[in-house]
Amino acid sequence: MTAAAGGDDWRGAKGMFAVLASPPVLWLAVFFLAPLAIVWAYSFGENRSLTEIAVTGSLGEYARAVKPLYLAIIGKSLWLAGLTTLICLVVGFPVAVAITFADARQKAWLLLLVMLPFWTNLLIRTYALMAVLRTEGYINWTLALAWNGVGAVIALPAFRPLDLLHNNFAVVFGLVYVQLPFMILPLYSALDRLDRSLIEASLDLGAGHLATFVRVVVPLALPGIVSGVIVTFIPSLGAYLTPDLLGGTSSQMIANIIERQFKSANDWPFGAALSFLLMYLTFAAIAAQAMLGRKKVRAA
Amino acid sequence: MRESRLSRRGLLAGLGGAVAAGFSLGGCSSRAAMGANGEEARLNLYNWDTYTGKSTLADFRHATGIDVKMSLFGNNDELFAKLRAGNPGFDVIVPSNEFVTRLRVSNLLMPLDHAKLPNFVNLAPSFQTAPFDPGRRWSIPYTWLVLGLGYRKSKMDGVPDSWKWVFDSPRYSGRIGVFSEADDLIRLGAKYLGHSLVGVTPAVTRQVTQMLIRQKPHIKVFHHDEGQDLLAAGDIDIVVEYNGDIAQVMADDADLGFVVPREGTLINSDCLCIPAGAPRPDNAHRFINFVLDASVSAGISRTIRYPTPNAAALKRMPADYRENRAIFPPSDVMAKSEYGDFEGIAHAQLVDEAITEVMAA
Repeated sequence: MTAAAGGDDWRGAKGMFAVLASPPVLWLAVFFLAPLAIVWAYSFGENRSLTEIAVTGSLGEYARAVKPLYLAIIGKSLWLAGLTTLICLVVGFPVAVAITFADARQKAWLLLLVMLPFWTNLLIRTYALMAVLRTEGYINWTLALAWNGVGAVIALPAFRPLDLLHNNFAVVFGLVYVQLPFMILPLYSALDRLDRSLIEASLDLGAGHLATFVRVVVPLALPGIVSGVIVTFIPSLGAYLTPDLLGGTSSQMIANIIERQFKSANDWPFGAALSFLLMYLTFAAIAAQAMLGRKKVRAA
Repeated sequence: MRESRLSRRGLLAGLGGAVAAGFSLGGCSSRAAMGANGEEARLNLYNWDTYTGKSTLADFRHATGIDVKMSLFGNNDELFAKLRAGNPGFDVIVPSNEFVTRLRVSNLLMPLDHAKLPNFVNLAPSFQTAPFDPGRRWSIPYTWLVLGLGYRKSKMDGVPDSWKWVFDSPRYSGRIGVFSEADDLIRLGAKYLGHSLVGVTPAVTRQVTQMLIRQKPHIKVFHHDEGQDLLAAGDIDIVVEYNGDIAQVMADDADLGFVVPREGTLINSDCLCIPAGAPRPDNAHRFINFVLDASVSAGISRTIRYPTPNAAALKRMPADYRENRAIFPPSDVMAKSEYGDFEGIAHAQLVDEAITEVMAA
């Protein structure tokens, strides 16, 4: 250790680097890349019996996966995930700004509040949300109380509970609820590093608050926005528990179909093909984003 | 509002009981004492949640000295996924009838030795053989169950004794809950249209799919076997569910009812089986024989309130169980009801795609 620290560049200590890096690399290879490769191989296979899959190199499962039926569901999933990401960004940005400008003591508390939901299992949180949203849940109970209170004074028609659960609203609400911390934290870390004097300079030089926000804060926070969007959008696209429990009759997302292929339909090759179709799309999007970024750098 | 209760097929399905089971099996590496039969005095049971009597496992240990370690699964798919990669050490499992077939054709079951099961005679004669397992070579019936309609009496116009009210009518629009299991939906739809639920043809599947797409605007939710909770919580007023699940919530709410539609329904039976590669098959037989005992079986039924196939145990049950219409539907609709059967991978794919279509419509 002292050799590496004492003058030598860490790149020089190749042996030490190899020792330190090999466990995580090995872990990644054995428990992530290898299983992923197996599932990828399955996507070119077909069922021989209930338990045997022959990898034949056929593209039949992909041909089935790009049928309009499944493409429409992928499209719907993209739309729901996109909407979730947009709402997270709009709601999360002011929160991240507020945390950045809070004093140190408050900041610690606010960050704790953002991370608090992670202490509870996602399933438990989703069930709790169901108790809040359901027809006879806390929101409708409170509304009914207020409605009847007013109704005691002036004549009102009977209270009709709001349909909050088992529809696409509930799915987006649930996804935003789950994903919001993943948007706030990268935004906060980008904003926290921002040089405050730039904001002061902008205000001093006559830009209004809105212009300062749009032309100074947002461009400087762009790396945080991009990583926030990616870590919110991709898990939302693959969400299956939330649409499963909160969704209604038209809330099925692509991950629900993939889950069924591995369980009740027992059709692993098709499930693998659908999963990888989604992964190719994600890769393509990230590659496109990287290429756009590079072009911008070159133009500047 | 009421707290939702955990049922046999409830919360665990989502929590991924398979993971829990994997860990619990990995944890018991300490060696147990040898029994007289040359097997360790241990048994790994893989079961549904809330599916044994209060003292069943303790009584078994008392009687035989064998320690039972129970792991839980949430649905048959989980059980099958767990076993298809090789038996991780289970001695007794509790699959439903269709999965008895699936496991058997995949060579994942061990044949039973009836010489070690003298209590087999306690079973009602109609359960001593079954279409999916003639002569009970692979499976011993543990319970049976039927799908029917759970409903809130005060919100219905009379008894909703037809599948029509959930599949083909706007009368209870927006208050209907339908089971999301692709296979079962297509079968019940076929039953409503007057077909057998076994061997449903692609043409009939098409017809049922169209009917469900027409009905969809009136359906509030496709549930995953938590229908009794949705019904009890007031989210819906009529729901396709298992009789045992509805019987449990009926005990707390007199406004709830259960009926098996007059067209007949799907019968399921959960069975005790020994998976291939079970490390302690003799202990497994002793356990199955113990569960078949009249008083042990009656003790289980008193807790779980599912119908029992055990005639000797039934005689020992109180009248509020024996005469409960939710637990034991009337014999005329039972006569029109059928067991489902596993009909091959191609059929499973067809049915899954049909339901995907309904949900995407």
